Amino acid sequence: MLPHFSTATDPGPDFAALLRRVNGEVPAVVLSADDRVLIAHGTTCVAVRYADGVVMAGDRRATSGNWISHRTIEKVFPADRHSGVAIAGAAGPAIEMVRLFQLQLEHYEKVEGSQLSLEGKANQLSQMVRNHLPAALSGMAVVPLFAGFDRTRSVGRLFQYDITGGRYEELDFAATGSGSIHASTVVKLGFRADLSRDDTVDLVLRSLWEAADEDSATGGPDLIRRIFPVVATITAHGFERLGDDELETRARALIERLDGGSS
Amino acid sequence: MSMPFYVAPEQMMKDRADYARKGIARGRALVACAYDQGILLCAENPSRMLRKVSEIYDRIAFAGVGKYNEFDQLRIAGVRHADLKGFSFSREDVDARSLANQYAQMLGQVFTHEMKPMEVEILVAEVAADSADDQLFHIQYDGTLVDEANFSVLGGDAESIRTRLSEGWAAGSTIGEALAACVAALAGPDRELSDSELEVAVLERGASRRAFRRVVDDELSSLRS
Repeated sequence: MLPHFSTATDPGPDFAALLRRVNGEVPAVVLSADDRVLIAHGTTCVAVRYADGVVMAGDRRATSGNWISHRTIEKVFPADRHSGVAIAGAAGPAIEMVRLFQLQLEHYEKVEGSQLSLEGKANQLSQMVRNHLPAALSGMAVVPLFAGFDRTRSVGRLFQYDITGGRYEELDFAATGSGSIHASTVVKLGFRADLSRDDTVDLVLRSLWEAADEDSATGGPDLIRRIFPVVATITAHGFERLGDDELETRARALIERLDGGSS
Repeated sequence: MSMPFYVAPEQMMKDRADYARKGIARGRALVACAYDQGILLCAENPSRMLRKVSEIYDRIAFAGVGKYNEFDQLRIAGVRHADLKGFSFSREDVDARSLANQYAQMLGQVFTHEMKPMEVEILVAEVAADSADDQLFHIQYDGTLVDEANFSVLGGDAESIRTRLSEGWAAGSTIGEALAACVAALAGPDRELSDSELEVAVLERGASRRAFRRVVDDELSSLRS
């Protein structure tokens, strides 16, 4: 049956509200300490601003306790044409959140006939993280990063979150996940206001390398299996994911630089 | 105690149909047709804000004529249906045929059970990987569902527009040729339609995911020149 509502109960352009109206409230899941270890967790993601927009990247590892549960998980996704979202935390709920967020933005655009502002999108994600708080407190925290190209201001912007849905706009860079301390230190030391796209990508790869070096839950580039971090640029042209060939070249160059002892 | 007058069911249906048809004929018409790279939707619409043609899902578009608030309500119901279905199953499982059936059910239900029929005629178009599988579902105010090939005409004066379009349209035409045929069919022999009176959109076969795109401003004028 086509979903049809009276004017008073109409959920408007809000897909999450529509889903609640149709399916009812889904009860929050509560886990015991033993269960928590068994759930796959994803880790380090970084986002760095540069002249044309934002570079966003995430490693490919998911861990359950001390096991590596997935080697090729993806944590960086397009949210819509001009924005992207990266996630760290419990992989299952995080991927579900991204799916719902992508659909929320598209649904709004189709119902209203116009896109949400970048700020509006960031606030939407904030609400979704806040709604997830009961599950987060039982060990399934999801902490995203949101970045986009603000077309009214023609700049890249990035937003960091905490588990309560707190939303913090960062000026130059942001990181999330267990390796974020190491990754953001590397970005902080290498960041300049005039970084080119290529330099920003190299900086981001270096930061993930160092995070993987210090944090067992973060995966480095795997040259044998050809697994590389997911890296994307978000500019006026939209969200564009870098190809594996380019990432392989850059990863090999990075290892060569490190091997040469130049840093 | 007053007794209601007896009205024969045939008469009641006929009155309702006449009422709906009159409402639809007051508005301006809309045509959709296949071109070599997809499906073109072209409406006579002087408003840039109140749309007659819009996106439902990745490869599905919606078009409506008649009473704006009524077909817009149907459009939003369609977007909700498609997004809910895609979310609970997969994006591939959302198809125009099932949506068109839902629309036909709803319009049929309203036509027979409500005080007033909906004064709308709608089109659900889906572009497929292969042009032979493209679909145009035309749904009338009473729920009559027609699966049309190559092109479809909605709104008042549909018969003469259809005659003109069938003369002007040719299989495998480019987007520019198809647009010219649509505009000529809508305008008729005595009128010219300017860019600002047209609402044009396409479902592009080659698009990676969202195939719906509006053709506006410079692109529209260059296609028409």
